Amino acid sequence: MSTFEFKTPVSDEDIKKVHIGDVIYLTGDIVTGRDDVHHRVVISGKEPPVDLKGKAIFHAGPIMKKINAEGEPDKYKVISVGPTTSMRMEKAQAEFLEKTGVKIIIGKGGMGPKTTQGCIDNCAIHTIFPGGCAVVAAEEVVDVEGVEWLDLGMPEAMWRLKAEKFGPLIVSIDSYGNNLIENNKVDFNTKREQALENLKGKLSYME
Amino acid sequence: MSIPREQLSALVASFMSYSAGHLPDDVKLRLAQMKEIENEGFAPDIYNVMEKNMQLADSLKRPSCQDTGIPQFFARVGSKWPYMDIIEDALIDAVKEATAKAPLRPNAVEVFDEKNTGNNIGTHSPWIDWEIVKDSDELELYFYMAGGGCSLPGFSKVLMPLEGYEGIAKAVFEQMTTYGVNACPPCLVGIGIAGSSEVAAKLSKKALLRQVGSHNPNPKAAEMEKLIEDGLNSIGLGPGGFGGKLSVMGVNIEQASRHPATLAMGMSTACWAHRRAGIKIKPDFTYDFFTHKGAVL
Repeated sequence: MSTFEFKTPVSDEDIKKVHIGDVIYLTGDIVTGRDDVHHRVVISGKEPPVDLKGKAIFHAGPIMKKINAEGEPDKYKVISVGPTTSMRMEKAQAEFLEKTGVKIIIGKGGMGPKTTQGCIDNCAIHTIFPGGCAVVAAEEVVDVEGVEWLDLGMPEAMWRLKAEKFGPLIVSIDSYGNNLIENNKVDFNTKREQALENLKGKLSYME
Repeated sequence: MSIPREQLSALVASFMSYSAGHLPDDVKLRLAQMKEIENEGFAPDIYNVMEKNMQLADSLKRPSCQDTGIPQFFARVGSKWPYMDIIEDALIDAVKEATAKAPLRPNAVEVFDEKNTGNNIGTHSPWIDWEIVKDSDELELYFYMAGGGCSLPGFSKVLMPLEGYEGIAKAVFEQMTTYGVNACPPCLVGIGIAGSSEVAAKLSKKALLRQVGSHNPNPKAAEMEKLIEDGLNSIGLGPGGFGGKLSVMGVNIEQASRHPATLAMGMSTACWAHRRAGIKIKPDFTYDFFTHKGAVL
């Protein structure tokens, strides 16, 4: 297990250095995008309003607050921003990588075979920020540069964030086709069958 | 607006804001115990980030998780509580105020229109579950912020009785090893057992309002809670699904009589950031914030 510090734009060379279980701290451009952003880009076929090449997409629906900043009427501050369940984006993620050139996906929980293949094909990775740790994440965002597609509502809009040493990001899918959470699930399923076996006869409350 | 309505909504709004940033005492205690046990692999680092997050949420007065849920109240209203008429309006006012001030994330999306209302108020939002408590003059109110991630494993179904209680355990184990990994483990697992799916589902949610570490008064139900908890822990989901020695904060079961021909089960899960808060309010608006001892609103 190694620890890396990356800056955006992230290169293919950077991505090739990392393997599942490694930890990354990321500095630079991160945009949020969840169900509706993926729907718009992949299913409705709209062009993303900003260039995402070499950047990170964060599966997150933040709490934002408008602040009074001189000359910037639409300036926001991030209050709380943690990862959401990545698996919801499984259907569209691979195509999203292809269309946008995003290099790092940040979310929570695992993703499936389509995204794993998408990471091989597009030299990209999926990483996990610890779930529920939204104030830690908010404190690693140094600026909210702007927002796109706010018509989708606060959680679903595409927020453009500037982050400083954003992490820990634990690599769960690497560009070589390895999938940490899927590996864990194989282990969990084996143990589950054992646990169910152990329960046999112990819950016989019907006579 | 009436004075009691204003008083009640102001109190409930600060109660909601506080509980968005502070976990209840029983959950904090259990997480501290689990942190001691989880001393291998990724688990210690994740527990450290979780702990740092709780401290930052407290010092910065912020919601500890960005997903503050779709607002949901469980009201146990004393039959002698003098302000029956104003409760619902006061709760709606409180949701508006807390959403703006805490701030909470606007999560109410109108079905079919597919628009976020922007203030957490919508069709049946906040959702209010009512119970009447006889011979009481208090309003006992639970507020629960269930995020999307920990709501995804929720389900209910009706088993045939011959599938037995093992059938319930099997369904819970399968759900936890698939969806549970994404639900910010270690979770608290709520199970409802009844005669129909909607009763079982509701009981599974009410089970999550019970304290972590509490036991069902029926000895067999308490035994089943322990057996499922131990079984799930033997799978070792660990914090965040990264693997570990444990899986869950606990398992709580609630039951209602079933039909002879049905064995309905419901399951709800609460993430580790289980933002459940309970308060008892007297007619003079003095209160006991019993899930968060010593908290000042």
